[in-house]
Amino acid sequence: MKNKTKILTEDLSLYYGDKQALIDISMQIPEKQVTAFIGPSGCGKSTYLRVINRMNDLIGNVTISGKVLVDGIDIYAKDLDVVNLRKQIGMVFQKSNLFPKTIYENITYAPNINGIKDKKVLNEIVEKTLKQAAIWDEVKDRLHESALSLSGGQQQRLCIARALAVQPEIVLMDEPASALDPLSTAKIEELIHELKQNYTIVIVTHNMQQAARVSDKTAFFYLGELIEFDTTSKIFTNPSIKQTEDYITGRFG
Amino acid sequence: MSKDLESLEESELKDSPFGRKISLSVRVKEKIIEYFFAVNGVVALVFVILIFIFLFKEGIQALNNIGLLDFIYFDQVQLDDSLKRLYEWYPTSSEERYSLLPLIVGTLMTAIPATIISTLFGVAAGVYLSEIANPKAREFLKPLIELFASVPTVVLGFLMLAVGASFFNDLLSPLNRLNAFIASLGLSFVIIPIIASMTEDALRSIPNDLRMASYGLGATKWQTISKVIIPAGFSGVSASVILGFGRAIGETMIVLMASGNAANITMDIFLSVRTMTATIAAEMGEVSQGSDHYYALFFIGIILFTITFFLNLLAEIIVNKMRKKNVF
Amino acid sequence: MEIGKKHKDIKGTFFIGLTKVLFVFLVFVLFMIFGKIFIEGMDIVSLEFIFDEPRNNMTEGGIWPAIFGTLSVTIIMVLLAVPVGVFAAIYLTEYAKDTFATRIIRTAVNNLAGVPSIVFGLFGLGFFILFIGRGIDDALGTGLIWGQPCLLWASATLGVLVLPIVIVSTLEALNSVPKSHRDASYGLGATKWQTIKKVIIPQARPGILTGTILAISRGVGETAPILFLGAAFFLPNLPVADICIGDYCIPMINPAEQFMYLAYHIFILATQSANPTLTLPIQYGSTLVLIGITFLLNITAIYMRYKYRKALGKI
Repeated sequence: MKNKTKILTEDLSLYYGDKQALIDISMQIPEKQVTAFIGPSGCGKSTYLRVINRMNDLIGNVTISGKVLVDGIDIYAKDLDVVNLRKQIGMVFQKSNLFPKTIYENITYAPNINGIKDKKVLNEIVEKTLKQAAIWDEVKDRLHESALSLSGGQQQRLCIARALAVQPEIVLMDEPASALDPLSTAKIEELIHELKQNYTIVIVTHNMQQAARVSDKTAFFYLGELIEFDTTSKIFTNPSIKQTEDYITGRFG
Repeated sequence: MSKDLESLEESELKDSPFGRKISLSVRVKEKIIEYFFAVNGVVALVFVILIFIFLFKEGIQALNNIGLLDFIYFDQVQLDDSLKRLYEWYPTSSEERYSLLPLIVGTLMTAIPATIISTLFGVAAGVYLSEIANPKAREFLKPLIELFASVPTVVLGFLMLAVGASFFNDLLSPLNRLNAFIASLGLSFVIIPIIASMTEDALRSIPNDLRMASYGLGATKWQTISKVIIPAGFSGVSASVILGFGRAIGETMIVLMASGNAANITMDIFLSVRTMTATIAAEMGEVSQGSDHYYALFFIGIILFTITFFLNLLAEIIVNKMRKKNVF
Repeated sequence: MEIGKKHKDIKGTFFIGLTKVLFVFLVFVLFMIFGKIFIEGMDIVSLEFIFDEPRNNMTEGGIWPAIFGTLSVTIIMVLLAVPVGVFAAIYLTEYAKDTFATRIIRTAVNNLAGVPSIVFGLFGLGFFILFIGRGIDDALGTGLIWGQPCLLWASATLGVLVLPIVIVSTLEALNSVPKSHRDASYGLGATKWQTIKKVIIPQARPGILTGTILAISRGVGETAPILFLGAAFFLPNLPVADICIGDYCIPMINPAEQFMYLAYHIFILATQSANPTLTLPIQYGSTLVLIGITFLLNITAIYMRYKYRKALGKI
């Protein structure tokens, strides 16, 4: 049975000033699966990711054409509540960007600005998300210590927990493990596997083997274009397009 | 293995071009140059110490000649032989009175309101420049603030005297035309740029990652500013307020020209006051060297120097603590 | 997913709006004030005003002696403070290692910057005039020449006051010279002094110049330190003396004389002139000239720093 489409783009193009960074991208991302974007550096994977939660709006001089629908709704509609949109979509960045506050305060930041002040409810959220991020046991005794005192891998998992605290339906990850050691990376990949039962996950990764391990569908980007988009097993064993095959087999990078 | 490196003879080293030693003349020249620079390097430190020594040298005589208690109060013998305790600064009277209390009150009555006003406007300006203004506007506005910071204080004093006093006199009808309020306003013009500039620097140095994280979690701009940016930059902002306060305490010309120069002990901001700095400025030209009055003025100088020294130190400690906590 | 139309963030809009209003109000007040000075002052400022002598008890005429005095003080101040400041900064960046001692020096620089200006006046009196000046007089047996308020000590005191400005600007300039340039020089076998002289100072020159300009701007505006170090309200002559070699004489600035000073002039005119109403135009005029000078200097420095940073790619 095919999963519902969660995110859809049709002929999406994006310009930084005069420079076109995304060229006519049409893609349907299924719900509650892991979709990976692969491709060489600077080919638009992260840019496309940030279209989904309109983070590109924060950079000046960006124009967009084409359709972007989430759950069937046009998220670039004129009077759309962008702030609210971002509450429904979680984002994990390449480098951990925890606030210089305690672990507890980092997690409760988002619920707090949503008006949740009840201590009991907040405590529950903290425990739930830290367990989801598979880091609860490691930090449960130091919730009120600085979040920056954790190791790199722990910080990144904390970022994931923080993003989950508002219970988004979609989680976007921009090369979440690229700065981490193999052990931490493995933990995060395990995490992704768990999370997809409840969340739609889109992950940008540099690391092809990671995409192969972790995702259900894979999209190959090259120079701002979507070259091929199919199930992961097909992309990695029998790609339809030669360019994809060349990239997978390492003929260019 | 023909030759171990370790067993090369000294004589062999001397002949190789790599083994040539620095000529003595060059070494001496470089050393002299280094000492020359070092002497200049410690100059700032030397002067701070010299200032302290020479202030102390003259000012400490005041304690001998006048006595610490007399710097606080003076017991005046009344007609009926009872004693009235006076807290007055009146060195030129036949019964010389050296209470520092009115002067300290005067300094605080001008410095504190000035710092409060300046923190409000200065932090707002700093937040505006750092977080709200668009980059093109910022490029133009930040130098503008710097330009206003460069205005000579005598000009600000003149303005308050020529324009400000009359304006507020008509508006508020205060008891004294020149008073602590007018002086505080004048001081604010000096301090606002200091606070604005340092606040802007502190907030701008917060990495963009944090803003992205906040927006990514669905926070609004104001929520990001108030809950993430300002807390993260709090040390820098506090340091700027402390430095601003120190500047307010040490400022001379504005208070000299605009505060009314009457040594009153009062909490009424619309009365004239006399600050420590204005006292030194106004009276130093009139005293004879070696008189009690002369030493008393130097004593005030010691107090001023000490207060601002510690405020500066405090601000520096806060900034350094922030830098250490910084994992940026 | 609940994706919907924008809803009003009242609180946020209010606070951001408030910040904008405060800022605009600030800029507005500043413009009003300087507008007033400009309007009042322009009535009287002219080439004559700048180069003329004051007449009739300061109610007429110009302010040339005050300007000349300010120039003289500034020149001597720069000659004293800039070399010391630049060399101090060079020591801190090129020679000193990051030890406790250097951190103390940096703290001292910051502290010197925060000393109240009137305290500098006391220092100038107690140290330069009474200690050094009297000392020189005693040693040379010339009577009371150097042991009293005069140009030299006023300049020296201002020099100490602006020293931190020169040091900090030079430090910034020196730190902008990339490490790779130093590495290249040492790698080619140059000594430390050669590297400093030929590579580092030339690259840091714009920054050093900026620092000098800022120091001048600060010195020109300071009144409190020189109140009792030699500034006078009215002097019949300029502080010059002829240096004669045989029959050939050159007029030079005489550092042992008292002087008139623009900032001081404004102060006295505004507070102690016999007839404040009559001298009011001159007050505005002098103020306009003083602000004009300071603004011009600062704008130049800001512009230089802007161009310098742009060239380095920092903007």
